[in-house]
Amino acid sequence: MAKKAPFPYVRTFFAWFLSLLIFFPLFWLGITAFKTEGQAIAGHLIFTPTLDSFVEVQTRSDYLHYAKNSLVTSVVSTVLGLLIAAPAAYSMAFFRTRKTRDILMWMLSTKMMPAVGALMPIYVMAQTTGMLDSIPALVIVFTLSNLPIMVWMLYSAFKEVPIDILEAVRLDGATLWDEFRHAILPLTMGGIASTALLCLVLTWNEAFWSLTLTSANAGTLAALIAQYSSPEGLFWAKLSAASLLAIAPIIVFGWFSQKQLVQGLTFGAVK
Amino acid sequence: MAFLELKNIVKEFGPVRTIKGIDLKIDKGEFIVFVGPSGCGKSTLLRLIAGLESTTEGSLHLDGRDITEVPSSKRDLAMVFQSYALYPHMTVFDNMSFALKLAKVDVKLRKEKVERAAKILNLTDYLQRTPKELSGGQRQRVAIGRAIVRAPKVFLFDEPLSNLDAALRGQTRVEIANLHRDLGATTVYVTHDQIEAMTLADRVVVLRDGLIEQVGSPLELYDRPANQFVAQFIGTPQMNVLSAAALPELTRIAGNRLPTDGSVGVRPEYVRIVAAGQGIAGKVELVESLGSDTLIHTRVGADVGLVSRQSERTTLKVGDAVGVEIDANALLFFDKQGRAIRELEKAA
Repeated sequence: MAKKAPFPYVRTFFAWFLSLLIFFPLFWLGITAFKTEGQAIAGHLIFTPTLDSFVEVQTRSDYLHYAKNSLVTSVVSTVLGLLIAAPAAYSMAFFRTRKTRDILMWMLSTKMMPAVGALMPIYVMAQTTGMLDSIPALVIVFTLSNLPIMVWMLYSAFKEVPIDILEAVRLDGATLWDEFRHAILPLTMGGIASTALLCLVLTWNEAFWSLTLTSANAGTLAALIAQYSSPEGLFWAKLSAASLLAIAPIIVFGWFSQKQLVQGLTFGAVK
Repeated sequence: MAFLELKNIVKEFGPVRTIKGIDLKIDKGEFIVFVGPSGCGKSTLLRLIAGLESTTEGSLHLDGRDITEVPSSKRDLAMVFQSYALYPHMTVFDNMSFALKLAKVDVKLRKEKVERAAKILNLTDYLQRTPKELSGGQRQRVAIGRAIVRAPKVFLFDEPLSNLDAALRGQTRVEIANLHRDLGATTVYVTHDQIEAMTLADRVVVLRDGLIEQVGSPLELYDRPANQFVAQFIGTPQMNVLSAAALPELTRIAGNRLPTDGSVGVRPEYVRIVAAGQGIAGKVELVESLGSDTLIHTRVGADVGLVSRQSERTTLKVGDAVGVEIDANALLFFDKQGRAIRELEKAA
């Protein structure tokens, strides 16, 4: 039997304390969304819940419009990303060269630069092509910024497929597409799913490019939230309601797919 | 005309030349075994035939067609891998019918063919299981089943028995032999196990360093090896090879056939242990009792090791003084380069 960890109660206490500390803002956000503006400023725990703020958010700034933009940009950029990343990861995993490792590192290194470093060129490009405040502009930027992670994750997933199996499939008469559809896809479904999930979450939560490249037309939920922390004064209840509406779908989604996500992130780490 | 023909096949991996020019003709229905020590290129050669590696030079012809540049999927070959390489996400049935499915064979015919193969291989009860629910031997049979369902032009086996335990290996070896007898399919089989090579092959191809050392029937290789390497590679225990000058008694036994500057080989079964005082004087160094056989390692003359194999059991112990007799008719002679001398005479 493993040795018992020292001070079990102390450890449990700190674990709970830290968890609650991290969770508290979220909790506060949750209850504030159901208050009136007056109650929100007062900051009481006891109050009569109301949906006024939600109704207000929808009528004043058309929540559904922003939600639709978020959904379209995240789904399209994830699908597009998979279509580009999968062939790249395939060739790197199964036709390795001496430079494969370097290419992967180079791809990842592009993520080390702060996004703001590329703000000027991308903004100017979007402006000159007339794509400011358009969904395609966001989709392109999201896809490209997620590609390194997608290629990296798919590469790790594909590398787990024994080369013998691919050779057997080829000898069985499979074309490249058959090989992908009947062998690689079913064997790496977990990895592909978690890659897609992660990218969905990252894109959904993305704020920087949404705020700089869009306004009313192509704005995502991040842009909606930002509207409520405007110079005209903070509206705590509405801000909370908007935030809750923005994060709720992805939290529900993430809750159901957390197993996949964790598996994907630790791919190849546990042998 | 040969069914499968290899013409001057060369394979280089970067600067390393693994296969150094191989010519081989295989007839329809033949069971060919590639054998050789690790790193001799036997697996590479099989992969070149399969199209899993591309040739650097030379050409491959199958049934009158040049397949050198044809991709694996279009070569109409089936391969059984050392790791079995079963599709883990498919049932046994799907594993076996996969190639037929890709070839768009009618569902009913597919089922029929798989069931027939499953019956031959005793897999009928396992068709709905996945590979991870099977034992090693069953997986092996599924891998073979996957190959025979397709009725390909040539079967390729890459050390298929090396992951099985000894008992199962012997049993599966017999099954493969029976299968070949029943199907009569052209087969190329790679192994490092010379028992498999000797028992299965119509012809054995002995490889070393990417070159063919000898091609011949198992007994041809055993009785008339082309050179010292083949002589010592085939047969367990190894053939005794002594330099011609090692024992003065060799002149008496071999007479004028003894090469002045070469060596002499004799299989352990032609070395007899007799009472001390007769034959060449020696000492017992090690006794290995295998039950059916007894191997007696002796040291004779000026520190020359000789192994004798006899079917009778022995009471001899390490250190006992004995006499050793060598059958003069069973001697093989090799020149300085290790080539069999008889072969040279024939060539001349």
